[in-house]
Amino acid sequence: MITAGIDIGSITAKAAVLNDGHILGTRLMFTGYDARQAGKTVMAELLQAAGVQREEIRAVVATGYGRNTVDFANKTITEITCHAAGGHFINPKVRFIIDVGGQDSKVIRLDENGRVLDFAMNDKCAAGTGRFLEVMARALEVDLDKFGEICLAAKHPAKISSICTVFAESEVISLIAQGEMRENIIAGIHDSVASRISAMAKRVGVVAPVMMTGGVAKNIGAVKALENKLETPIQVSEYAQINGAIGAALLARNLSP
Amino acid sequence: MVDPEKKDTDKESRKIKSVARMKEIMTQYYIEAKTAGQTGKKVAWITSGGPVEFLIAMDVIPVYPENHGAMIGASKMGVGLCEKAEEMGYSRDLCSYARSDIACAAINGGPIGGLPRPDFLVCCNNICGTVMKWYEAVSRYYHVPLFILDTPFIHTRFSDAAKRYVIDQTYEYIRFLEEQCGKKMDMDRMREVGKLAVSGLRLWQEVLDTAAHKPAPMTAFDAFFHLALIVTLRGTQITVDYYRQLKQEMEERIRKGIAMVPNEKYRLLWDNLPVWYKTRWLSEKFSSRDACLAGDTYTSAWSGVLDLIDENNFIETGSVAYSSVYINVSLDMMFDTLKKLIEKYDVDGLVMHSNRSCKPYSFGQYDLAKMVMKKLNIPTLILEADMVDERSFSDSQIETRIDAFMETLAGKR
Repeated sequence: MITAGIDIGSITAKAAVLNDGHILGTRLMFTGYDARQAGKTVMAELLQAAGVQREEIRAVVATGYGRNTVDFANKTITEITCHAAGGHFINPKVRFIIDVGGQDSKVIRLDENGRVLDFAMNDKCAAGTGRFLEVMARALEVDLDKFGEICLAAKHPAKISSICTVFAESEVISLIAQGEMRENIIAGIHDSVASRISAMAKRVGVVAPVMMTGGVAKNIGAVKALENKLETPIQVSEYAQINGAIGAALLARNLSP
Repeated sequence: MVDPEKKDTDKESRKIKSVARMKEIMTQYYIEAKTAGQTGKKVAWITSGGPVEFLIAMDVIPVYPENHGAMIGASKMGVGLCEKAEEMGYSRDLCSYARSDIACAAINGGPIGGLPRPDFLVCCNNICGTVMKWYEAVSRYYHVPLFILDTPFIHTRFSDAAKRYVIDQTYEYIRFLEEQCGKKMDMDRMREVGKLAVSGLRLWQEVLDTAAHKPAPMTAFDAFFHLALIVTLRGTQITVDYYRQLKQEMEERIRKGIAMVPNEKYRLLWDNLPVWYKTRWLSEKFSSRDACLAGDTYTSAWSGVLDLIDENNFIETGSVAYSSVYINVSLDMMFDTLKKLIEKYDVDGLVMHSNRSCKPYSFGQYDLAKMVMKKLNIPTLILEADMVDERSFSDSQIETRIDAFMETLAGKR
């Protein structure tokens, strides 16, 4: 059965189409201002890229913050359940998922069937999210794609004490003024993100193996910093950013046609 | 196809009829309080957990800044008033009941144009430490005397010395009232009020107990509303009569099979104060996911200490009992209460409101959630919000958490 999953996040819109457990294609684009249009566009582009006709798709599940704007979806399911399903599909041994996206981060503990046992999400604050890293990269005039790599060269990571994005930014600016090495500041920023996420993860109870998903999983600095804090290796699949959409497509199989 | 007219009749039949009487009583109560200056009655402001019975016995009108705070929250006037208090110099981290009430006093604002001026104040710290500073501020503002009843925090057990300490203060409280009112306390009247208080508490508990029935005839969201009398007019005949009527209505609903949540499938327990400006929103969210919040730790806090009161000796047992309320005890004791409620209402999950305003209530919730999971295998959903300040509420974040929690519960079945 061919099914599709659409994940409308705050920064990017993702889509995946699956046929009985085989990924036929995936697509990713910026969500932009119009989440509703982003859902339609990402779906159209996905179909074209995968060479699948709309009529062949038996069910669509939408997830992500913009899930309710996807009016062609048969059902909406939260990112929590979708990431659990997606992570379990990529590696059935995984028992803990850390998903860090644009506007929120979440940790999910799952059972051997990919079902959610417990979860936690960050509170009303951008610290510990992709948005935080974006703001910091801008303040340091570094390309976001290189942001994580640079910090691996740090010898003495700077201390960023603030738990708030706005205050952390002014802290970073004063570190720049003091002439602190850029890689040390960047390493400090990644440590601060990792501290926040690891506190949330420990609250739920980390169980290995751990997988990281979401856009921030592409940032090697964030992954390494988290591995240090949690003292456990973290897996990142090639589908990390598209994991929620894959989970949504998998869950669409359960919908009665 | 669902017949739209049929749907409406169902909705109509689910409404609690006693609500009208409740509104009448509360309106009458506030009119009496607001016109006390003309009728020559004394007005005292008192904290929600304080022993109001002594005021009733002295014929003083009790007024509750906290009940007022709840009204401000429910009428969505919290943000404007909190901002006003912040302009006056109060920190945003201060309790939103305190902020909105202090602002109301300064500008005669809020849903009823401010509370009537107090003749004196009674502050009992069994509910939090903030009330002491809050009432000191009010005392300075109105230049009126303040009586503080200090209830020790109970870590493991309530020692005899601590009990004596509270009882001594109760007699001091009586002397304070006699001085303020210029008359001796009528001990027969006090005994009668004590008995009425116990009857009211017992009936209120029986009302709450009806929600143990499946499906529940009422939910915690209804309890939040009907609670007002046990807080404000405890110790009066009106309260006893009202809860008797409400209890009869609930029993009738059980007989007729009227459920508050149309397709009750999941049962949940609420912890902490309500999110006053979002009660309807939350109630509809849970209801649309077939979840009934059958019970809560908040509305049962007053009647939870019922067994500790000797109705024939209210003077020496009332304040002692009120010292043992849910948030004035250790986490282990709180867990015992949670366990009883979880078992009584037979719930599938716990919903904890991590209330930015109420630190003593919210502190320890993560530990309690862990204990509940470990010992009872019941999962917890934590919602970060505030009881009055809407700036601490994010619709889409809360909605995602509720949806994810309900998906988790569905997955367990």
